[in-house]
Amino acid sequence: MPISETMQAWLDCAPEWILNGPEWLADFGYQFFKSFIYDMRWYQYVEGLGNTLLLTFFALILGLVLGVMVALIRVSWDNTHQELNPGPGKFFLGLGNGISKIYLTVIRGTPVVVQIMIIFFVIMASSNNKLLAGIVAFGINSGAYVAEIIRGGIQSIDRGQMEAGRSLGFGYVATMRHIILPQAFKNVLPSLVNEFIVLLKETAVAGYVGLTDLTRAANIVRGVAYVDFLPLLGVAVIYLILVLFFTWIMGKLERRLRNSER
Amino acid sequence: MSDNVIIRAEGLQKYFKGNEIKALDGVSADIHKGEVVVVIGPSGSGKSTFLRCLNLLEVPTDGHILFNGQDITDKNANINLHRQKMGMVFQHFNLFPHKTILQNMTLAPIQLLHKSKEEAEDKAMTLLQRVGLADRANAYPSQLSGGQKQRVAIVRALAMEPEVMLFDEPTSALDPEMVGEVLTVMKELAQEGMTMVVVTHEMGFAREVGSRVLFMDQGKIVEEGAPDALFDTPQHPRLKEFLSKVL
Repeated sequence: MPISETMQAWLDCAPEWILNGPEWLADFGYQFFKSFIYDMRWYQYVEGLGNTLLLTFFALILGLVLGVMVALIRVSWDNTHQELNPGPGKFFLGLGNGISKIYLTVIRGTPVVVQIMIIFFVIMASSNNKLLAGIVAFGINSGAYVAEIIRGGIQSIDRGQMEAGRSLGFGYVATMRHIILPQAFKNVLPSLVNEFIVLLKETAVAGYVGLTDLTRAANIVRGVAYVDFLPLLGVAVIYLILVLFFTWIMGKLERRLRNSER
Repeated sequence: MSDNVIIRAEGLQKYFKGNEIKALDGVSADIHKGEVVVVIGPSGSGKSTFLRCLNLLEVPTDGHILFNGQDITDKNANINLHRQKMGMVFQHFNLFPHKTILQNMTLAPIQLLHKSKEEAEDKAMTLLQRVGLADRANAYPSQLSGGQKQRVAIVRALAMEPEVMLFDEPTSALDPEMVGEVLTVMKELAQEGMTMVVVTHEMGFAREVGSRVLFMDQGKIVEEGAPDALFDTPQHPRLKEFLSKVL
């Protein structure tokens, strides 16, 4: 019986103890070889991982910027619109508040897969930059959730803090910056980390627009190697390690922040 | 207007949303330089609202507040600048929990008065020494007792070198044994000639330190006068009733 090219490559390089071992071991070795080693397939995962990390990182930053902005607009409107005198300031704050509300409703009310497809195939159709489209889509998506987390954090700070800041002569914005936001951030850090982890895992749908992230890399290998289990298991393990790593880092950071108050 | 009036309140009215009752119903008062004006009255009488209107933490629905002759209720007034000159002490201290005692005291002088860090810290340490808390400069508010927190809150306001100090029930949230240490600081401050407006339930303090007492009820100043006269020979039946309950 003629053997395939892949099988030949495997037989050429496989260690004796696996080939001569029990049948399940030899079989597993071959599957592993096809999934990760042959034809430099491991490189696909590395590239995919790189894209996943890039996408997550920049989407996180965009999400934080958007989220903080939207949260501040919403909170400022809620806190001050009854006392503000009518004028351009109140008009633009009200407009911003309205836009923010629509943004939150639409983004939180539709699936992220649909959002990324709309952004890539419709809004950014003229550009073929998949990574950029992914960053924009996931950044906008994450921003909505970050906004609500931060808004909750700001509103959980005692009213007296704002009053104390204002009574010293700080303006509204300066009190926010020096007194309210630092406390709010510390309080919501666990929720933000959680959102970051959700974001990292959610980027797995970026393959829908052809962006070669970690999950799509596994899918591509699955298609050429005719192996299902190991590529998928492999990326699952990589995601898990990433999440555990970031949870650990953030735990350390949180502990340090908390210690600064004792 | 006589030269030594620091704050003049003219016909203050305050309605809270959805509330039929007026929190303030035409309150007028002059606060003179160096005076210690003590505001007493039953809860809900509007005394805290009155005090909080003086630095516009509460915006009066109607009426004017003149600070050093300038109308700070005017739309174009820069309230932040005026507030730098009006220190305020709260019932619940409102120290900044994420900052050390020293940082609590130097934040505003550095940011708003553009003092150097060294200058602000020197001033803060001097003030802390005065209230016996210099050794806690690098502690966080959560490490302090209530009385210590309130003393820090007082010197935090003093670090801005205000012309007048507003106290909103400064001892109401304290354990009884800590009330004395805070009142002592306030008394010293009064003796140094600081202008003070104090909302309090401490009748002993009102009598001993106050130069004038305002009695408020249902959003109005019902009776005012020198402490001895007001406490010994109250005129208004509402004040008589109040004093019979609290003294």
